[in-house]
Amino acid sequence: MTLTLALVQILNGLQFGLILFLIAAGLTLVFGVMDFINLAHGVQYMVGAYLVAAFTTMTGSFVAGLALALPAALLFGLLLEVLIFRHLYDRDHLDQVLATFGVIIFLNQAVKYVWGAAPLNVAIPDALSGAIEITDGMLYPVWRLVIIAAGLAVGLALYLVVNKTKLGMLVRAGASNAAMVSALGVNIRLLFTIVFGVGAMLAGFAGAMVAPILSVEPGMGDNVLILAFVVIVIGGIGSIRGAFIAALLIGLVDTLGRFFAPTLLKLLLDPSAASQTGRAIAPMLIYILMAAVLFFRPSGLFPSKQ
Amino acid sequence: MNNLLDLDAPASPALATPPRANRAYLLPLIVFVIFALVPLSALWGSQSFILALVTRIMILALAAMSLDLLIGYGAMISFGHAAYVGLGAYSVAILASHGITDGFIQLAVALGVSLIFALFTGAISLRTKGVYFIMITLAFGQMLFFLGTSLAAYGGDDGLTLASRSMFFGSKFLKNDVAMYYVAFGVLLGAYLLLRAIVASRFGRVLRGIRENPVRMEAIGFAPYRYQLTAYVIAGMIAGVSGFLLANQTEFVSPAYTAWQRSGDLIFVLVLGGLGSLHGAIIGAAVFSLLADILSHYTENWALIFGPILILVVLYARGGITGLFGSKS
Repeated sequence: MTLTLALVQILNGLQFGLILFLIAAGLTLVFGVMDFINLAHGVQYMVGAYLVAAFTTMTGSFVAGLALALPAALLFGLLLEVLIFRHLYDRDHLDQVLATFGVIIFLNQAVKYVWGAAPLNVAIPDALSGAIEITDGMLYPVWRLVIIAAGLAVGLALYLVVNKTKLGMLVRAGASNAAMVSALGVNIRLLFTIVFGVGAMLAGFAGAMVAPILSVEPGMGDNVLILAFVVIVIGGIGSIRGAFIAALLIGLVDTLGRFFAPTLLKLLLDPSAASQTGRAIAPMLIYILMAAVLFFRPSGLFPSKQ
Repeated sequence: MNNLLDLDAPASPALATPPRANRAYLLPLIVFVIFALVPLSALWGSQSFILALVTRIMILALAAMSLDLLIGYGAMISFGHAAYVGLGAYSVAILASHGITDGFIQLAVALGVSLIFALFTGAISLRTKGVYFIMITLAFGQMLFFLGTSLAAYGGDDGLTLASRSMFFGSKFLKNDVAMYYVAFGVLLGAYLLLRAIVASRFGRVLRGIRENPVRMEAIGFAPYRYQLTAYVIAGMIAGVSGFLLANQTEFVSPAYTAWQRSGDLIFVLVLGGLGSLHGAIIGAAVFSLLADILSHYTENWALIFGPILILVVLYARGGITGLFGSKS
């Protein structure tokens, strides 16, 4: 029984980690190539969720909604890039942090203004709304498995593009030395716009995929943003591989920590104290993990800049 | 920035110094005189909300000013400074909930807890640089935020209401809003003078040297780490005091005080007022709070205006409000 529960928690952790990866992938590349801190990346995730909610209601089908939401998220990301972010690349990190913080304040309120403060619900497509039996008597929702599959597929696709194509080669080169790539005649601004757009779309995709299982509400991107930063800092800024490994690590540690910390502490403390402390420690685990990683490796696990 | 200002100055440095020094002191002087006189407005029948608003402005200014020591003078962009406000506030509330209402004990605990947290997290954070420093301070702030939300015994997510404000010498004089106001005023003035002295001291000059060029400072024999850590601890403790005041003023604490958005607000306040001048933080806090207050009277969607203002300030108003007066020290 405990083993099956653990399996479910591991699947949940995997699913959470892959969602984090979808968000962190764009963030780490934007960070790595342009040295640009984009706090507003979390709102791309929120916007993706809202877009899929709106388009699903409009078309009556989640698949059609998703098909419309992805290009819309891409366009929205490019719009922000052209209007605001483009003017921030040459600024210092403080200016970037602040201006993108302003974008968050604005957009959180804007979605509240357009769609209201109440959480929206998105229906899971009928064919995928059931649950399957993974072990005896243990049901697991199909949609969460779909998220895992989608996350892994995107991860594989990104790996192939980044490591096997010319575009990917330029992105990797840009992440380790942008000035040199530019000097060799590559239009780094165009490259960046592409990377930025894809990153925004991936974050929007993550938001769209979780829309059916989470409530779609203003500010939903804020906490995810911080987790995505934890992921890319642990993984090493600019590294897709680092982001993938760190995202799974964070997803699993966070999910399993919340589940097992009270149980494990019961071996040391009396039950009520154990569940108290366990609940207090569990959400802090990933930040402790991050501090520990940075203590020993101040540039993360897989630094892309030498 | 300083070079730009020097272009306006007369060629002879001996002639240039006295008027510029006067101008540098004029703005903070005006600010503090205005703060000192605000409670007198009650004579003309103004409402108590003005007193409460300006008290909150001073408390916000105190936290932002301590952050100025880090960002403005030390180039350490901490994105977790609200954590210390939370530590100070929770020190008051948790002790009060156990019946310890003596203000000196609460203040000592607030300072002690801030010191320990700053020393511990600062020692780790300062091993990293640049973006990593921003992110790790953010992470430590989030850590405290989640600790606060899981403290079920002290209200968890919902926070904790104070039974009463702190007592000093067995007296409850802090219950009086005017007394609360002048305590906040006195602390702000004291912290301003303290930080002024710190940045003008040898320590402060070393800190600014590290801001400009850490490698060069190291080459001439200074260990940047120690100076930065000391500044980090001082800033954390002053922010802890602002948390102590905030808990007393609002008679309520909640994990929301330590949310990363509040740390963002502190940076916004600082950049709005102007970095590296100390009184810029005070002016920024006043403009920030008044703007939020006034806009929220007109529309509940005030954030729709606030966000773009922030973006415009960053893009076009470099040097903040004090930069406009040309009185950056």
